[in-house]
Amino acid sequence: MSYIKPLFRHPKLPKNKIGYTLKEYEGSLSTLCAGCGHDSISAAIVQACFEMSVEPHHVAKISGIGCSSKTPTYFLGNSHGFNSVHGRMPSIATGASMANKDMVYFGVSGDGDTASIGMGQFVHVIRRNLNMVYIVMNNGCYGLTKGQDSATADQGSKSKAGSINPFQAIDLASLAIELGASFVAQSFSGDKQQLVPLIKAAMHHKGFAFLNVISPCVTFNNNPGSTKSYDYVRQHMQTVSTLDFVPESKQITASYDPGKSTRVALHDGSLIQLNKLATDWNPENRISVVNALQEARIRNEILTGLLYVNTEWKDLHGTLNTADKPLNTYSEKELCPGAKKLEEINRAYR
Amino acid sequence: MKPTNTQDPEYYHKVVDCQYACPAHTPVPEYIRLIAAEKYTEAYMVNWESNVFPGILGRTCDRPCEPACRRVRVEEEPVAICRLKRVAADNKGDVRQHMPQGPFPSNGKRIALIGGGPASLTVARDLAPLGYEIHLFDEQIAGGGMMRSQIPSFRLPEKVLNEEVNYILDLGIHTQFLTYVDSLKEIIAKDYDAVFVGTGAPRGRDLPNLPGRKEADAFVHIGIEWLASVAFEHTQSISKKVIVLGGGNTAMDCCRTSRRLGGKEVKVVVRSPFSDMKASPWEKEDAIHEDIQIFDNHVPLSFEVKNGKLIGMMFQKVKAVYDAKGKRQLLPTGEPDAFIEADEVLIAIGQENTFPWIERNLGLDFDQWGMPVVDRTTFQSTHPKVFFGGDAAFGPENVITAVAHGHQAAVSMHLYCEGKDLKKRPSPYTNLISQKMGIHEWSYDSPVTIDQRFVVPQARKSITLKDRKKEVELGFDVPTAFKEAQRCLNCDVQTVFTENRCIECDACMDVCPTSCITFTTNAEEPELREKLLVPALNTQQDLLVSAELKTGRVMVKDEDVCLHCGLCAERCPTSAWDMQKYFYSVTKAHSL
Repeated sequence: MSYIKPLFRHPKLPKNKIGYTLKEYEGSLSTLCAGCGHDSISAAIVQACFEMSVEPHHVAKISGIGCSSKTPTYFLGNSHGFNSVHGRMPSIATGASMANKDMVYFGVSGDGDTASIGMGQFVHVIRRNLNMVYIVMNNGCYGLTKGQDSATADQGSKSKAGSINPFQAIDLASLAIELGASFVAQSFSGDKQQLVPLIKAAMHHKGFAFLNVISPCVTFNNNPGSTKSYDYVRQHMQTVSTLDFVPESKQITASYDPGKSTRVALHDGSLIQLNKLATDWNPENRISVVNALQEARIRNEILTGLLYVNTEWKDLHGTLNTADKPLNTYSEKELCPGAKKLEEINRAYR
Repeated sequence: MKPTNTQDPEYYHKVVDCQYACPAHTPVPEYIRLIAAEKYTEAYMVNWESNVFPGILGRTCDRPCEPACRRVRVEEEPVAICRLKRVAADNKGDVRQHMPQGPFPSNGKRIALIGGGPASLTVARDLAPLGYEIHLFDEQIAGGGMMRSQIPSFRLPEKVLNEEVNYILDLGIHTQFLTYVDSLKEIIAKDYDAVFVGTGAPRGRDLPNLPGRKEADAFVHIGIEWLASVAFEHTQSISKKVIVLGGGNTAMDCCRTSRRLGGKEVKVVVRSPFSDMKASPWEKEDAIHEDIQIFDNHVPLSFEVKNGKLIGMMFQKVKAVYDAKGKRQLLPTGEPDAFIEADEVLIAIGQENTFPWIERNLGLDFDQWGMPVVDRTTFQSTHPKVFFGGDAAFGPENVITAVAHGHQAAVSMHLYCEGKDLKKRPSPYTNLISQKMGIHEWSYDSPVTIDQRFVVPQARKSITLKDRKKEVELGFDVPTAFKEAQRCLNCDVQTVFTENRCIECDACMDVCPTSCITFTTNAEEPELREKLLVPALNTQQDLLVSAELKTGRVMVKDEDVCLHCGLCAERCPTSAWDMQKYFYSVTKAHSL
């Protein structure tokens, strides 16, 4: 078995703005099953970070437990990483973000890690609008324990062994919108054209950016009758909008039909250019998004694209009015102002 | 683009750059793997079947395979293919038992071979097992042609030469050495069924009109004649100061031989710039290593003779100027002419064909340059019975080209003797077979090493310069040969794609270390080349394009820098990719 990736790369591999090639954003060779959707998502993250020219050491990737949570080893090998406890990735991400607000945080989770054991943490991190990218690699089954139905498996979906799932599925995107997530997107691991710009926009969104990515489990959930197989998702995908992420520095040159397109300005001045494909849907209107999702469910469709975005809500740092700079940039002088200052503070409470 | 037709035997053949570049199409990766597995006898036989002279070529080949090696495009230096071939020859066991065993039942046909060089010997080897009675004529005392007369022993020991020439002669060839054929008419009159002319390019160019040439004649020698006279031990020494004119491999052999026969100040003087010299880079390096000075951009003006003795030569200094089309002109720099001292001069400025022994009324046409009119595919002349090959056919080339000619001429001669159509060439033997051993296991070493090319050790100069027969290169030792062999990327293990198995999970595209694979919408070739993950700008290399897949896209693989590491096939969940070894062999006369 090959566990070593050859060191040679294409001699004409393009370089990004800070002089790195894709190689500097890669991780080690994946040990997931061949053809796993998760590997495509990893590749999309690598591609997005390369295109955004982020310094790899300005990124932290945090995960829980599961096939999906193994993936941080397989991308951004030069970034910070933390493999935490099952379902507890949001706590670690919150702590890290509180300490250093300048980093890009990738939370990587799966349907089990988010919709089952980690549900409590998931809903609260949304409620707090923590500034992070939260990616669920959603395959509708517990691949690491031989493919039992997970909480996101659709009712009526057939497992590889032939049993039909009798339970309602948790719709993570609807739930995230309901709980007040400020950026909600849905995508498919087999559609990098859509996924890469979504990840780029999510990285630039200030607040909680949630990406529910359907990621077929080739080993246990790619059978006929499964609603999370490559074939089924491709047939039932309904794209609400195509998306161009326009970084701050770039001039907008393309012209769009205003009736069919929307621009969303992000905090840092970059823009999301959305070309609507679905009617009666407005990415900045929660009610229309919830309706669209419900209607799609009735039609057995999977809505993909950027579903909802809100740039008004404050992120956790804004709400808590935390310090401006990462904690590690403060010196002892600022952190320990001395006995005299303490006396002053104490006096204020008397 | 239309889906690639991988059924065409040339498609996968072209991916194996080294084999494709080799005139004889030797299956290079195949024998390199055998060397790594210490199966030297088998590696030797793969070579022998294809290029007939593995030990000789492993020392002296012009190596067209090496610049073609994919490793050049991936890192910098090619695999030392040539010197690995020598490793097989040096370490082989008993190879004779694997060769055709005579005597062969006669087929009643007789063939004459004129000239005993590599082309003729190849024809002899290919036809003898079929039962032809083969008569070989050569003016020298032994077989080998220019390999014996022109390649010095310090590059090619006589023992190696004799061994490989004798493998062929021992197949029951009737040799007539020390026999100069002075009439093709007489040979044809002897009622041979076919005649092969492999007489090489035996005439060394001279400078007959250069002032002083006549007066200096006793001190001026033609390079290839002089080398032959050294090889046959008529010449034992040379003066202290020697000028060698010319910049090809013969010039390098002349100057290095001079150093061994008493030349102390040996200078190579060449018209062209150093980088344009025809000699192989490694030959130039070896010459410089033996204290030979190379003066480039010097055009000879005259031989200077004083009191009946040569004292040196005058040269004009020039510089190379290239026009827009890249055509070179040598223009005088205006500097004063240079005088270089010399006691003797060797002229090695090229060689040419000459056929004074072929009567012009035999129905065998010659062109305006005095070259026989020979078919490029069949090697047949306009006289149906007479075939040409090697340097005699189209002018001076090299040993491996002569061998390739020999194979094709032998096929033609056999077809001719059987009364069949010469234009219907036999298709190559091909075989494509999966290398899968287990879920992530291959029957070849798929990991790619980052080792740089290893240097072949040489004997010390203090020893080699004293004895002209002492071989300079020592050859790789076994551990180094293994490491060098592991640098081979196994380009013959092909990435074979089966459309109807692909589920378009993109895993291959994501994992490919050199970004060769792209799934995209189809387009015409120039546009498609631009659209790939990394644009495929090397148009010498083909694109492997699939039929349309379920989502309407196609799989496009740029063959250019594929490492043949097998990761695409390992990451493929449905075995739409498979690593399959492609064996390609030119069909020889003996297997017709």
